Amino acid sequence: MSTLDIARTVDAKGLSCPMPIVKTAQAAKEMPSGALLEVLATDAGSVKDFAAWSKSTGNEIVEQSADGGVYRFVLRKK
Amino acid sequence: MTTLTVDPVVEDALPQVEPAPAEPEAEAAQKEVLLICYSGELEKTWATMILASTSAAMGVKTRVFVTFWGLQLFVKDSKRITGDNWMQKMMSFMQRPGISHRKLSKMNFMGMGPWMMFKLAKQYNVASPKELLEAAQALGVEFIPCQMTMDMFGLKREDLIDGMGEPVGAATVIGLMTEGRGSAPLFI
Repeated sequence: MSTLDIARTVDAKGLSCPMPIVKTAQAAKEMPSGALLEVLATDAGSVKDFAAWSKSTGNEIVEQSADGGVYRFVLRKK
Repeated sequence: MTTLTVDPVVEDALPQVEPAPAEPEAEAAQKEVLLICYSGELEKTWATMILASTSAAMGVKTRVFVTFWGLQLFVKDSKRITGDNWMQKMMSFMQRPGISHRKLSKMNFMGMGPWMMFKLAKQYNVASPKELLEAAQALGVEFIPCQMTMDMFGLKREDLIDGMGEPVGAATVIGLMTEGRGSAPLFI
């Protein structure tokens, strides 16, 4: 597993589109630049959605994995 | 599993505090979306709220111009009858305003359709239009009422939910679409 210094985790497991992205954006808004945000989601569309979100907002995806239907993203606040 | 390591030099160089907002470069890259919320039906309300909240979440400056039946969604849920004269009052009586009282355009069946939609939404953890509206407002979506619709239906600022923008007209909307880089428009 990673040894990244994660500042905050958004548990979006079970939530449907667009709430994983909306909750992530809300959390990111309150975080300082450079801080790491972990997101857990089960929405199958989230892999593509988080790539699009990262591209649009400039918040980088530092780490990404899938385990038993749970998608995990580690994002760095721009 | 893919793991990217963070270059320690880059990490050290990251600023520790929030940078000053509106850097010239970021401003030049600003994208904008303008939704025109015209319809008052449940399924279209859902579409408007999903797109508005997602757009703001994507860091896109998002405005929603609210006109005709769309304005019904932004009347407080607690309001039952709105308007000044009997026709305006009759209109609100025939079609209950508020985001929690929307009907489906198809398969409404005296409220049976919306009831099933909400039941399914709950089962599949789909946020309600009201939850999405609150999220959109928290993310800074600007909801702008149409002055003409407010006048025609006898709606007052205090009939509408908190946080609505200043009422404007069609010229302002066209201006937003066409001036500068323009806003990507969507009519719902």
